[in-house]
Amino acid sequence: MSPTQWDLPPELCCRPMAFVALTGLDMVYNAIHRAIWDAFCANRRADRVPISFKVLPGDHEYPKCRTKRTSYEWYIPKGILKTGWMNKHLNLVPALVVVFYELDWDEAQWKEKQSECATKVEIVRTSLQGRNTKVAVVLIQKKTPLPPGEDLIASERAAALCNACDLSGKSLFVLPHTDHLVGYIIRLENAFYEHAQTYYYTELRRVKSHKEFLNKTTHQLLFVRHQFKIAFFSELKQDTQNALKYYRTAYNLVHELRAHETNMLEIKNMAGFINYKICRLCFQHNTPLDAIAQFRKHIDLCKKKIGSAELAFEHAAWMSKQFQSFGDLFDEAIKLGLTAIQTQNPGFYYQQAAYYAQERKQQANQLCYHDLSINYPNPDPLETAAGSLDFYGQRPWRQGHQSIDPPDPEKEKGGILALQRKERDVLHSELIIALLSNAVAQFKKYKCPRMKSHLMVQMGEEYYHAKDYTKALKLLDYVMCDYRTERWWTLLTSILTTALKCSYLMGQVKDYITYSLELIGRASTLREDQKSRIEKNVIKVLMNECPDPEPDCDSSAVKAAQSLWTDRVSLAGSNDFTIEVQDYIPFVQCKAKFLYPSFHVDIPVQLHVYLKTDCPHPIRFSKLCVSFNNQEYNQYCVVEEPCQSTHILEPSAQGNMCLVPRKTRKYTFKFVARTEDVGKKIEITAVDLMLGSENGRCVLINWRGAGGDAASSQEALQATRSFKRRPRLTENEVDWDTVSIQANTMVISRVPRISVQIHHEPPALTNEMYWMVVSIQSQEDTVAKDVKLTAGLKPGQDANLTQTTYVTLNGSEMCDDSHPALLPDISIGELQPGQKVEKSLYVRCGTTGTRIFLVHVSYAVDTTVEDKEIVCKCHKDETVNIETIVPFDVAVKFVSSKFEHLDRVYVDIPFLLMTDILSASPWPLNLVSSELQLAPSMAAVDQLDSQVEQVVLQTGESASECFCLTCPPVASGANGVASGLYVLSWKRKSSRENVPVVSTVITLPHVVVETIPLYVHADLPSFGRVRESLPVKYHIQNRTGLVQDVEMSVEPSDAFMFSGLKQVRLRILPGTKQEMLYNFYPLMAGYQNLPSLTINLLRFPGFTSQLLRRFLPTRIFVKPQGRQVDDASIAAA
Amino acid sequence: MAVCIAVIAKENYPLYIRSIPTENELKFHYTVHTSLDVVEEKISAVGKALVDQRELYLGLLYPTEDYKVYGYVTNSKVKFVIVVDSSNTALRDNEIRSMFRKLHNSYTDVMCNPFYNPGDPIQSKAFDNMVSAMMVQVC
Repeated sequence: MSPTQWDLPPELCCRPMAFVALTGLDMVYNAIHRAIWDAFCANRRADRVPISFKVLPGDHEYPKCRTKRTSYEWYIPKGILKTGWMNKHLNLVPALVVVFYELDWDEAQWKEKQSECATKVEIVRTSLQGRNTKVAVVLIQKKTPLPPGEDLIASERAAALCNACDLSGKSLFVLPHTDHLVGYIIRLENAFYEHAQTYYYTELRRVKSHKEFLNKTTHQLLFVRHQFKIAFFSELKQDTQNALKYYRTAYNLVHELRAHETNMLEIKNMAGFINYKICRLCFQHNTPLDAIAQFRKHIDLCKKKIGSAELAFEHAAWMSKQFQSFGDLFDEAIKLGLTAIQTQNPGFYYQQAAYYAQERKQQANQLCYHDLSINYPNPDPLETAAGSLDFYGQRPWRQGHQSIDPPDPEKEKGGILALQRKERDVLHSELIIALLSNAVAQFKKYKCPRMKSHLMVQMGEEYYHAKDYTKALKLLDYVMCDYRTERWWTLLTSILTTALKCSYLMGQVKDYITYSLELIGRASTLREDQKSRIEKNVIKVLMNECPDPEPDCDSSAVKAAQSLWTDRVSLAGSNDFTIEVQDYIPFVQCKAKFLYPSFHVDIPVQLHVYLKTDCPHPIRFSKLCVSFNNQEYNQYCVVEEPCQSTHILEPSAQGNMCLVPRKTRKYTFKFVARTEDVGKKIEITAVDLMLGSENGRCVLINWRGAGGDAASSQEALQATRSFKRRPRLTENEVDWDTVSIQANTMVISRVPRISVQIHHEPPALTNEMYWMVVSIQSQEDTVAKDVKLTAGLKPGQDANLTQTTYVTLNGSEMCDDSHPALLPDISIGELQPGQKVEKSLYVRCGTTGTRIFLVHVSYAVDTTVEDKEIVCKCHKDETVNIETIVPFDVAVKFVSSKFEHLDRVYVDIPFLLMTDILSASPWPLNLVSSELQLAPSMAAVDQLDSQVEQVVLQTGESASECFCLTCPPVASGANGVASGLYVLSWKRKSSRENVPVVSTVITLPHVVVETIPLYVHADLPSFGRVRESLPVKYHIQNRTGLVQDVEMSVEPSDAFMFSGLKQVRLRILPGTKQEMLYNFYPLMAGYQNLPSLTINLLRFPGFTSQLLRRFLPTRIFVKPQGRQVDDASIAAA
Repeated sequence: MAVCIAVIAKENYPLYIRSIPTENELKFHYTVHTSLDVVEEKISAVGKALVDQRELYLGLLYPTEDYKVYGYVTNSKVKFVIVVDSSNTALRDNEIRSMFRKLHNSYTDVMCNPFYNPGDPIQSKAFDNMVSAMMVQVC
């Protein structure tokens, strides 16, 4: 955009830097000079001193200095600040002029060169006549200088040169052109900077000194001017703190000026400039709150200073610019590291700038179009002789005029007219949109989505005013959904109304209908008459006619639009539109539901579609159709009503497709699901409702899924919360809120009419062939074909169970690993109605635990649904939990021949192995046989025949067996030796003949085997008789390889007399045995303790007779003395 | 006194908006709607702090050139927004607080009505009168 009169001048907005002019550099032909200049210019980062350099020719003419006024007594100022002043001090009048000159100290023609240099300096001095500008000389030398004081010629010649040029020693510099150019340049720069600061300081003092000559009455303007200049010089001097102070004073002085209509603009302009400077410096000093406070003060002071009422738009333009430039300053400060917050960011200022720009537009519309008959004044009052103004903010046709009344009312009128005409050429919308989009960018950054949307609406509306409808629609469309999801209906309606106008003016049929659908719907807050008007327009469009124009549209635009619509009408084709409405809130609502979440395949699927309209008038649709995920069903769910387009509005009660506002209409559909879809879902993918006719225009309103739009879910929620009583409805009517969407249904197989029963006797016993009988009886009316049985372990259980379960149909063989856990698809063939089939199954469970068994019977049957023959596949599942338990427990123990418990056995001494079989089965068990398989380390004493063969055990009963065994000598008996295996063969008593016998193998425990040195056993009869001799023979056997000395004694007993050796000492040779014979003579009847035998081994002191006693009998039963049959006693009895 | 008073549901849709009829109603709707940006930000900032000791009054949301917008949020996240004229300097923070308190009390009464369905637009006469009283007082 080209700069307008409202833009701030660039010299105001830049950062003032000391101006230093460089002369004597030949940039074009001299590479060295070029390098020097580049070193000055390149890399001017923040750490370099702030100087703006300029290369000027040696004889450059600087602006002439006017003769300084000595008295202000008769001086009347013509304005506040001259337009050229800032630029003059930034770019035209240098603080320092540097003369570059190539001269080495050992120059041969020193004299000539010296005078040439002096001449150059003189030329510069002359053109700076009257100014305080400093002059410095830089000698460009080829040699590196010696340290100061060492080069005598140098110091001598330097002094001479200074003298010749009339320079102080401080203004003469040497620049050796060597490797370290940049370093030298930086040192030079710093020296220049000092000179420049001195210059600006003197200038500042000079302006300050004027103050004493001024008086308050005539020189008010000068107070401002001087204060501004002081501040500006301070800035040039980089003394920003003081500059800020001076600017603040200047700002207060501006507002002290006598303001009237003729100088209002000048004052505002100046105030704006100074305010800009203050805010800028505040941001620079990192005191943003000061900047904001200053700006607020500025706005409050200036808000009401409108000036001429006929040029009110100028004030708005100026205000807009104030906000905009503050926003720019703020934004710039943020880029330099300032942090802004949500409630205080540049966006607000851009927004306000946009607001004033809108105001400007409004005022311009009011003020600039009142009289179109008057021509632009001639001569142009806005033309000035110089082409620009002398003072900021003055009127071109009366520059320098400072009194209250305009000098020439006629001229004034012409000037105002010219300004008004000029304003008409301004592209206001463009300005507004640019500001709004700036604001949008800011609010986006500071997390204000709603503010952003609001501004985008404004942008859209501005585009609409600017007649850029495409862009307007794009923006409005973009934000519409935000307002829709937040449910701000008033705002949505307002946006939709604008959008509708845009689409009307562009002749966009589809958009026009889309917006209309929503505007006549329930979310719209339009009045009923407006809705009615829009509805009629929609119907017109559907009948291929032009709609009536929207109200409040520009008349010329309406004309253009009408012709667009006429063209559109005559255009054939592209008259079908599909509008997807689930993200809108259209005037017609839809809910579709399957009656049940699942349907059996032999029952027709039922579907209801409910429709309700919210528009003011009844409306007739031409077609309703439902689409499913399986498109084959689509054909069954269509309602069509051919209607003549002329009767579209006539309400007819019986018209099926004519919807009365706010009345719920129900459509019922029914179809038979395909048998292939059993187990699948039928889903409603879309509902389409056709508006209009296929020969006119037609609009397909499309709901994705089973209806519902942007607002319906919330409405449904509210309805469920509501306590309101439902209105009483007649039988055919439905309350809309009670209908809920059911978008899918499952097709499930027909209910089987078959009975499946399982007979078995739980629990199962480990490893047995468990017998189950499955009986299947058909209750169908027709033949059940292709009957199949799947039986076995239900899949999905523990993997261990699967590995230890085997199922077979053949019960006569034991099954093994090769059998599966589940027998699939056992074909049974056909079942006539009522026929019953039984099937036996055998299951072998290797481990205990609970198993779930599945019996699955499937078959096919022919049925008729809705006069349609279908083959239905049915199946029935039965599951049964079966516990497996161990059939019996076997306990094994070792006992001595006296049935005493043994924890170890002795070599070659017989002992007993006892097995106890305790039945745990609830069913009687038949023990078919048992077998003891001895390990090599064991030997049987006699026959090992089974003692439990064919024994039947009831629950809780036990059976025992007893085997007499001995243990031959073994090498390492102490660790225990294997005893062997015990095998039991058994079956259920109830099981059938051919069921195999189960063999259960029990591993016998290990036993510790020990050797003993002496073995004693006694030969004695099983009983004695009182007073009858009882011979007892003790065998004492030496089992060691040594000769044993045995001491033996028999303790007397009260119950016996005895004969034999009472105490004896004898010697037994290795491996031999000694027999000791005693004759016991019992004295008492009953169980009597035998006289105890005590044996001591002299060679084995630890050997006790206690151990031996285990082998010897301790008691014997003594029968009473036999008596002859006594008659007397019998008689007595 | 106030130029616009609004009650906003937890889900940020309006339950009640009244503005002085002389002005452009739509403008106030936008003002209230945009102020929700600040309300949401403030709620989320407070949410991180102690929830129990939360101050319901949110203070000045943001100043526009002509209006000041104040916010208040109940424990159930229903928001009240009051817009006052910038030029009305008589209204101090305390007055605004008491206005909000009154509004909250009146809103509680509305909620206590067994026939009012929470989430529906407020159509209570008592509430209306209270709001009118607040809007008229000074104007």
